[in-house]
Amino acid sequence: MSEATLERGLNAFREQMNAPIASFFSSCVNCGMCAEACLFYTETGDPKYTPINKLEPFRRIWEQEYTLWGRVKSWLGLSRPVDDELLQAWEPLIYDGCTLCGRCSMVCPVGNDISYMIRCAREGFVAAGYAPDGMKNASRRAVTIGSPMGVKYPALAAQIKHVEADTGLSIPMDVEGVDYMALLSSMEIMNFPEYLGALARIFKQAGITWTLCSEAFEATNSGIQIGSSDIAKELVNRVVVAAERLKVKYVISPECGHAYTAIRWEGPNLIGRPYHFKVVHILELLEELRSSGRLKTEGFEEARLTFHDPCQIVRKGGVLEQPRNLLNMVAGDVVEMSDHREMNWCCGGGGGVSAIERAEALRLKVFTRKKSQLEELNVDTLVTACANCRLIIEEGLEEYRMEIPVVGLTEMIAEHLVGDEKNE
Amino acid sequence: MAETGKGMEKTLVQSLRESGVSRRGFLKFCTATASMMALPPNMAPAIAQALEKARRPSVIWLSFQECTGCTESLTRSHSPTVENLIFEHISLDYHHTLQAAAGEGAEAAREAAMAENEGQYIVVVDGSIPLGNPGYSTIAGISNLQMLEETVAGAAAVVAVGTCAAFGGLPHAKPNPTGAVSVSEIVKDKPVVNVSGCPPIPTVITGVLAHFLTFGSLPELDALGRPMAFFGKSIHDRCYRRPFYDKGLYAETFDDEGARKGWCLYRLGCKGPMAYNACATAKWNRGTSWPVESGHGCLGCSEPDFWDAGGFYNALSIPDSDITRQAVYVAGAGIALGAVAGAVNRSKQARAREEHEPVTIDDLDKRS
Amino acid sequence: MSTPVDFLLWVRGPGFDIALAVFIIGILIRLLEMLMLGRKPDYAEPRGAELGAGLRTLLTRTLPEQGTFKRSPFTVVGGYIWHIGFFISLLFFVPHIELIDAVIGLSWPGIAGNLIDAVAAVTLVTLIAMLFSRLTHPVKRLLSGPEDYLSWLVTFLPILTGYLAYHRMIEPYPLVLGLHILSVEILMVVFPFTKLMHAFTFIMARWYNGAMAGRRGVQS
Repeated sequence: MSEATLERGLNAFREQMNAPIASFFSSCVNCGMCAEACLFYTETGDPKYTPINKLEPFRRIWEQEYTLWGRVKSWLGLSRPVDDELLQAWEPLIYDGCTLCGRCSMVCPVGNDISYMIRCAREGFVAAGYAPDGMKNASRRAVTIGSPMGVKYPALAAQIKHVEADTGLSIPMDVEGVDYMALLSSMEIMNFPEYLGALARIFKQAGITWTLCSEAFEATNSGIQIGSSDIAKELVNRVVVAAERLKVKYVISPECGHAYTAIRWEGPNLIGRPYHFKVVHILELLEELRSSGRLKTEGFEEARLTFHDPCQIVRKGGVLEQPRNLLNMVAGDVVEMSDHREMNWCCGGGGGVSAIERAEALRLKVFTRKKSQLEELNVDTLVTACANCRLIIEEGLEEYRMEIPVVGLTEMIAEHLVGDEKNE
Repeated sequence: MAETGKGMEKTLVQSLRESGVSRRGFLKFCTATASMMALPPNMAPAIAQALEKARRPSVIWLSFQECTGCTESLTRSHSPTVENLIFEHISLDYHHTLQAAAGEGAEAAREAAMAENEGQYIVVVDGSIPLGNPGYSTIAGISNLQMLEETVAGAAAVVAVGTCAAFGGLPHAKPNPTGAVSVSEIVKDKPVVNVSGCPPIPTVITGVLAHFLTFGSLPELDALGRPMAFFGKSIHDRCYRRPFYDKGLYAETFDDEGARKGWCLYRLGCKGPMAYNACATAKWNRGTSWPVESGHGCLGCSEPDFWDAGGFYNALSIPDSDITRQAVYVAGAGIALGAVAGAVNRSKQARAREEHEPVTIDDLDKRS
Repeated sequence: MSTPVDFLLWVRGPGFDIALAVFIIGILIRLLEMLMLGRKPDYAEPRGAELGAGLRTLLTRTLPEQGTFKRSPFTVVGGYIWHIGFFISLLFFVPHIELIDAVIGLSWPGIAGNLIDAVAAVTLVTLIAMLFSRLTHPVKRLLSGPEDYLSWLVTFLPILTGYLAYHRMIEPYPLVLGLHILSVEILMVVFPFTKLMHAFTFIMARWYNGAMAGRRGVQS
């Protein structure tokens, strides 16, 4: 039986090296400004959480193996090797202390895409066996059971029954030749089944043909979070095979941040070819329906609202204006946080951090950033579009005794549908 | 010239009077000398007093690898001046360019002067000394090196006149075919004063001699053995065009507006910033002008290796070599080496990808 | 004979040749060993074009992101001052323009020496303050190693010796001018092997960053 070894980890670092990463490492002047963009530094004040510092093991591989001068230096015995001890020491920095939110990549004066480098560096950590147990277990469940939270199809079927009873609509399953195949995140299935109901109601009004797939309903991808392209590929491939078998034109990524990154941006590269279908985020689809007049709503929310930008959907996904247009459709009093859109602050639980049990205290600590952003606004309700953000924010608000309900944007839209039986 | 005996009796003032220089003119010279040598003005009477009493010292002038420009400079005859009278006053016992005697007679005069003034006489040298082959430059069959060593042995002091004698000068310029060296590289046990310049300023020579006559010693010298009084400040520091340098106003060609307005000549290759000499204050041709005033940059002729210090018309900041061409060659080498380094990196990357073992959920843990 | 003039001639002659060779060869090796690593093809359907977004980021990163500026004003302002001061001194002092003209045949108007002098003085003070910050700020201190301090030193010395040379504070002048040129040569030799390379690679870094984000429809 194979096992994780240091050598496999080092080899993974070597594999990941490319022109952008080499240029990023070459360009870093250690100015420390990325620290100021990272909530793990701003909220703890601990310099070890400086984003570029989290890459020290990867940096050493680059310097020692991919630069002429670095080779000379290690030949002269002047460089410190990457060993088990180093990887072990850095594991809590690169996993617990980074949500891959990408904010540092927006501020680096020389232009380093640090979060991209961290994503690549995790390949080395996981291959060497230095990934947090919580994320290892999530990956194992995702591969063996089909969902990182252990949700199996019968659980989904049970929820579907509830939703169908609730909405009076039937949820299509494994239908071939429809336009859209929807994906769900485990959290939506278990914690926020309202999302599925909202989809059914909106699609009915818009006249969209769609389906779920019993073999590939899970959108999340633990492989992306733990940083293993091999595991990520296996998980993405399930969706690709199902979508291409059902011959759908579109796959809808749900209200889940990293799921969008996985299926939309990394997926084709993991399987090494373009898809035969297109991937849209649910907000992209809703915005398209809105602008083409197929999404009709009535009434406005009375509450004062703000939108929390999920990093992977907004900053790293490019879905920036859609949520705003949609929110303005159903809400009158919308205020923006001090940093928003591509400069928003992470909830603190992205990038797989929410799966790391030991990181809970740190996660709640860094939530103070979101907390103070919300305190500045004095809002009644927080709207977002990522089930993980939603859960993490709810936990954070509870910890800090703040009474702000957190709502998914898709559900909120559904609540205002014109001519919807449930709304009447 | 070489009339020893009788001349020794006469004092400087006497011979000046005979030449029609008034006492007033003489005192004026003393004041000028004092100020030139940066001595306090109240030293002028002391200089006058000392010079009045001074006896004619014996001077032996040796010319080696030189162009006679130094002699020309120092002996140029305008209407009589105190400077050239000083020259008339010293007993120039040997100077093969100027003396009437030739061959063995001339050498006999030198030997006689050396014997008579043992330990007292001054040796003035112009020209560099070839070490490559003694035959490159000989006088009466005697090599320059031998004559210098012989003559200096009984001297009180040596004055190296001109840049060739002081620093090797033009003969020392690359590739220095004769192995030319300066006086101070050979004479180690006698005081040597370097009066550099190509040619040197006449006043500087007379100043040094006046100092010697007045105080019986040599003036204070800089790190290159030159009298501080004359070489203590750079041409640049004393230049009347300096304010233009500070304001960034430069002539860019010899006939542009800047040149007509008398702006700084740095861009036209002036070596004033690195040249130490008194040209700007002493001036040339009886105080008429000096190179920068005439519109041409300083060549830095009073400095060692000035012939090799880059083109006369290149700004001081420009390196000597053909850097453009060098840069092209070097860039070619860089691209070749870079391609090799890049190929090494690529093969490392490719090997790592080949050696990739897929990570599965069964090998997330380390077993050891 | 070893005089200050000999020293000056060496640094202006063989010394400069060596430094220029190391500088150019070193930079080309660094750039090629980086660029030849390449990028894998991206099969994800792009939402935006890479080129324009990459070029925009190349420019926009010159200005700091607002929030970061508020959180680290010293680093940002200090960084601006000394970079701008360094480049003004390097590119607009007439003797330097003459050198550039001699090497690449390009020339432009210079700035008065006494202005350059003031700029250099500000630059020196700022660099000292930056060093102080590097030694005391917890993040910078953690990140910094010998290379960072070496890079600081070889950047500082040319400005210091240039200042000393302009004011002729060390005599004779050929010595201080030689020291100035030598310090630049040290900078050139050290340059390709340290983070100073960012002066070239930031173009690639910013472009890649902007291009990768632009592909996803985000202006980074």
